[in-house]
Amino acid sequence: MDWINAILQGILLGGLYALFAAGLSLIFGVMRLVNIAHGDFIVLAAFLGLTITTTLGLSPLLALILVVPVMAGIGYGLQRLVLNQTLGDDILPPLLVTFGLSVIIQNGLLEIYSADPQKISAGALETASVALPGDLNIGVLPLLMFGVAVAVIAGLQWIFYRSALGRAFRAVSDKQDIAQLMGLNKAHIFGLAMALSLAVVGLAGVFLGIRTSFDPSIGPGRLIFGFEAVIIGGLGNLWGTLIGGIILGVSQNIGAQINPGWQLLAGHIAFLIVLAVRPRGLFPRID
Amino acid sequence: MTHLRKTLGISRRTFLAGASAGLAAPAILTRTRAYAANPVIKIGHVSPRTGPLAGFAEADDYVLAGIRQALAGGIENNGKTYQVEIISKDSQSNPNRAAEVASELLLGEEVDLIVAASTPDTTNPVSDQAELNEVPCITTDCPWQPYFFGRNGDPQTGFDYTYHFFWGLEDVINAFLDLWQQSGVAKTVGGLFPNDADGNAWGDEIHGFPPALAGEGYALTDPGRYQPLTDDFSSQISAFKEAGCDIITGNMIPPDFATFWAQSAQQGFTPKVVTIGKALLFPSVIESLGDRGDGLTSEIWWSPNHPFSSSLTGVSSKELADGYMAASGRPWTQPIGFKHALFEVATDVIRRSADLEDPNAILEAIQKTKLSTVVGPVDWSNGPVRNVTKTPLVAGQWQKGPNGFDLVITANRSAPFIATTGELKLLS
Repeated sequence: MDWINAILQGILLGGLYALFAAGLSLIFGVMRLVNIAHGDFIVLAAFLGLTITTTLGLSPLLALILVVPVMAGIGYGLQRLVLNQTLGDDILPPLLVTFGLSVIIQNGLLEIYSADPQKISAGALETASVALPGDLNIGVLPLLMFGVAVAVIAGLQWIFYRSALGRAFRAVSDKQDIAQLMGLNKAHIFGLAMALSLAVVGLAGVFLGIRTSFDPSIGPGRLIFGFEAVIIGGLGNLWGTLIGGIILGVSQNIGAQINPGWQLLAGHIAFLIVLAVRPRGLFPRID
Repeated sequence: MTHLRKTLGISRRTFLAGASAGLAAPAILTRTRAYAANPVIKIGHVSPRTGPLAGFAEADDYVLAGIRQALAGGIENNGKTYQVEIISKDSQSNPNRAAEVASELLLGEEVDLIVAASTPDTTNPVSDQAELNEVPCITTDCPWQPYFFGRNGDPQTGFDYTYHFFWGLEDVINAFLDLWQQSGVAKTVGGLFPNDADGNAWGDEIHGFPPALAGEGYALTDPGRYQPLTDDFSSQISAFKEAGCDIITGNMIPPDFATFWAQSAQQGFTPKVVTIGKALLFPSVIESLGDRGDGLTSEIWWSPNHPFSSSLTGVSSKELADGYMAASGRPWTQPIGFKHALFEVATDVIRRSADLEDPNAILEAIQKTKLSTVVGPVDWSNGPVRNVTKTPLVAGQWQKGPNGFDLVITANRSAPFIATTGELKLLS
């Protein structure tokens, strides 16, 4: 029964990782940009959620109505004003710029919010659980996060393959110059992709803040699982990212069931095995 | 050469004596320094002002302002008044950076004494630099085992230039056992020890919690070392549930504890006593946990109720904490007392040193320290190893009162002179 519980909790954990990773997967798919500051944006969103819940007295889920558009706005502005200037044939400049952003965000947050660990309070939601037969308990919050992750991936997938915006995304992803010739404004499309990515980050940040405590320096530590989920699933494949997250979560929990020291190691080993067997991930969509 | 000697009219012997004196002169000259009318003593200070450890240093500005005010008139040493200059540098919570700024202080500023505080990541690199450069160094706010053994200290020989005051693992074990005995709950303990310097020391099979708990008849369930920043504790929780653990202990960082504690509730695991080192030190952490923070227990190194006062400014523990709360509008934290005490000891050493120009005289003054500080007595003649002296440690519980959370001292077996301020309440 412990093993079933471990696998169940691992699947739910996969939802969290997928939520962390979906935004990364999206912008890499559209513009081959690796956002090193992704984890710090998650923490920024968590602090934003905290500020809104404490000053306006809103419940954290309602605060999402504000956090998500604000983060999307930040994403669009950031892409148009900063990151678009760095995109080119060389992938190094955007990498360095996002690394710099990571440092700036961390220290900016430290200056404003101090190093205190913070947590977004969601009342009974934090501890509520559903009892399943066989002495299994599933937390409502992890379940909700998993549901949100699936919904986010499904939504992104729909945008990508069923909407005009998605067509534009795919067009610039395939051939930037030709897309530009066909009348797509590449700078604007990239801006929208980053806006969408940071909107997902807004969700991930608020849920992270409800789930555990956070402080300005915690972002990069949360990023590695996001990267691993993206790579296991295959670059540019959104459902693959969800599956990658679940594989990571389940292998971590199986590792932990053997010995807690193996928890993170098991996740990394699963990642390495996938890399060794299928270097482009399980379901790659991008060459 | 002969020609030169002859024209100057000096004998071969006088010439040789003079020449060798000239050659040897630099060796003596480096030890002397031009004296100004108001000689200055420089104290270097390394502290994690930014980064993950910044909470330990949040009161630095307040404490340093108080110290500078107290030392505004200088320190008297051997009938001479020395101005004191404290040069504070930020380690950015990074041990490499700590070593770098320590070396800037030692070689660039040429400080006469260096002090540092807050976790092995600050105390150890700074002490190592001081030892290397042969400058006296005083540190605190890090359990002595990671400080001493973390620097590969040999209990037989110890270190020459670096001295430390704080408590050790044996004290925290004692304090926790005392706390649990009073609780009267079943002697089944679940251990959460991360795979980091603290977690490995606490969970050590020979020197850590496991043998001490076994000795007192506690059954410990220790699933193994987990990696810090783990997102899931369900395997530990099911192990604790299966063993029926009434007590949970360990050494965790705040995010890990928050993850564990929320998951425990989701999984229906309700221990009666939860005593965690490190994660539960700061009021901000407890407040962030909301109602779930009420009743958690932790070690207490210093509190406003400690019956000590400053040897430098005369303020009591309570006045020091109240002053910080008034100045910052934030709750008091335990490192405040130790940061103040660090400069108390530094000042006392400068006052007593036989010769402030001689590092060895400063060292001798450190070794002979017998000072009653705001965190208790500091006296290196009675430590567990050379270079280390211990301050008292008690344990207590965060209890929610009308004015927010209060850290109540409930267990004082090893330091009965620190009065308890309340009774332990069970979590469930």
